[in-house]
Amino acid sequence: MKRNVAIIGGGQTYHAARRHDVDQAEMVNEAVRAALKDARMTIDEIDLVILGNMEFFEGVHLTDCWLVHGSGAYGKQGVKITTGGTVGATAVCAGAHHVASGLFDKVLCIGFEKQEEGDTGAILSGVANPLWGRSMAGAAVGYFAMMGSSYIANWGATEEHSAMVAVKARQNARKNKYAHLKLDITIEDALNSRMLAWPIRMLDMCPASNGACAMILADEKTAKARSKKPVWIRAMETAHNEQFELDWRDVKTERLIFSKAAAGRLYRKLGVDDPAKYFDVFEIYEPATWAELIWYEDLGLCGPGEGFRLIEQGKTNIDGPIPVNPSGGVLSTNCIGASAMLRVWEAALQIRGDAGEHQVPKDVRRAMTTAYGGTNWTVMTALSKTLED
Amino acid sequence: MENKTEYKPFEVDQHLTAHGNYWAGKAGSRFFTSLRDKKKLLGSPCKACNKVFWPPRSVCTFCFGELKDMVEIGPLGTVETFTLVTYSEPIQPRTAPFIYAVIRLDGADTGMAHFLDEVEIGKVHIGMRVQPVFAKDRKGNILDIQYFKPL
Ligand SMILES: [Zn+2]
Repeated sequence: MKRNVAIIGGGQTYHAARRHDVDQAEMVNEAVRAALKDARMTIDEIDLVILGNMEFFEGVHLTDCWLVHGSGAYGKQGVKITTGGTVGATAVCAGAHHVASGLFDKVLCIGFEKQEEGDTGAILSGVANPLWGRSMAGAAVGYFAMMGSSYIANWGATEEHSAMVAVKARQNARKNKYAHLKLDITIEDALNSRMLAWPIRMLDMCPASNGACAMILADEKTAKARSKKPVWIRAMETAHNEQFELDWRDVKTERLIFSKAAAGRLYRKLGVDDPAKYFDVFEIYEPATWAELIWYEDLGLCGPGEGFRLIEQGKTNIDGPIPVNPSGGVLSTNCIGASAMLRVWEAALQIRGDAGEHQVPKDVRRAMTTAYGGTNWTVMTALSKTLED
Repeated sequence: MENKTEYKPFEVDQHLTAHGNYWAGKAGSRFFTSLRDKKKLLGSPCKACNKVFWPPRSVCTFCFGELKDMVEIGPLGTVETFTLVTYSEPIQPRTAPFIYAVIRLDGADTGMAHFLDEVEIGKVHIGMRVQPVFAKDRKGNILDIQYFKPL
């Protein structure tokens, strides 16, 4: 990067299925105030505001305009970003590019979703391809079900393995005071939850959450002057597929799909040979349990078809050698526009040692995050504690 | 977590109706016309990449080359993956239970998501050979294929 970029502050709301006490601007403002407080800054110091959410998921277009008082963007330079499920990470990525370019020193990035206020089903029909997909659109569950079905048939995993992911996420979420689904569940509970589309059960899917996350990025000079614990953005990658190409629904595909392409490029940038050893913690975007297992494989934490062995052996537990989603992840909290930013923010908290009860019990110097969106693209971010890490 | 409030939260109902048109384009127009009039399914081949795309397209996703030809694909195909949908929500085109499958039509390199009917769920498997059932009254829509069924 032309200039080094650090995360010098951040904040999030409590995430919940209902937020009847605030409107969208008020909810966004909670996260913005938390981020400014964390960075010990005032809104006047911010040069640029980047706002992101899942287009129309709360029944409003031009959220950058309507929420300008809540976001603090009044009179400032600003950009709105809508890249679907990845948007929170895209906002951070765009913010980092703006700082790295030298044009801006202090950028506020915001991701939010007040999912309860829009017609998610109707809007997802709008997301489907009007010619080839819309008359058969089946929301996200059907997509992940076909992925799970392919995973079981090709690799010999069972429903117990996805249940292990479901339990890990919700038990981790119980340690995260901001998480939405803090469920004290067992493998049996997961296996007995209602079948939606085989092999996806209720507890295999993420919830629909309301919430917001905000982060403040700064150049090296500002970060070193203003922050006791800056977290450095070391590399970012993004890659796109399209839905009709062979994708995660064919787990044996040998084509270089988005997830492997982006991870490969990011590892090359940083000189990573063994990502499971290089990074101390992962925060990945897993809207469904099966997606987490495929992420393990596509990130190179294990070989193809071995993802379910990692969860079986407890390797990705909060106290395991490769902790994945100590926050509880998207399976526990999915305020879509904020979800991908929460991955980056949670990873930054881990590096700072500020994750509280869900802090992984080891020295965290490097972290890796993924975003994932409708239905085949990703934004990845690698963070470190110092510029030497 | 709902904050303790000193006011009663007030909700204002919202309702929008949206209608749109969508032109199917160079490749799409040929596909839908052929489906409607001849019950023939078309894909777009890229000779440079040795791929045949469904949905058909005028530009190769991989090499950015312009694709002008179309070739017949299917009508038979193979199940690449599937699910049995057992919950209902308004977005779904059918009431549960029903089977969704990704079907790779013979001669194509990408799969088509569609319904699979006239089959017991226990018998569906990846690799199963299937054939389309065309609607009698075809309108130039992907539902001119009503569903697929086993051979
Ligand atoms: Zn080509």
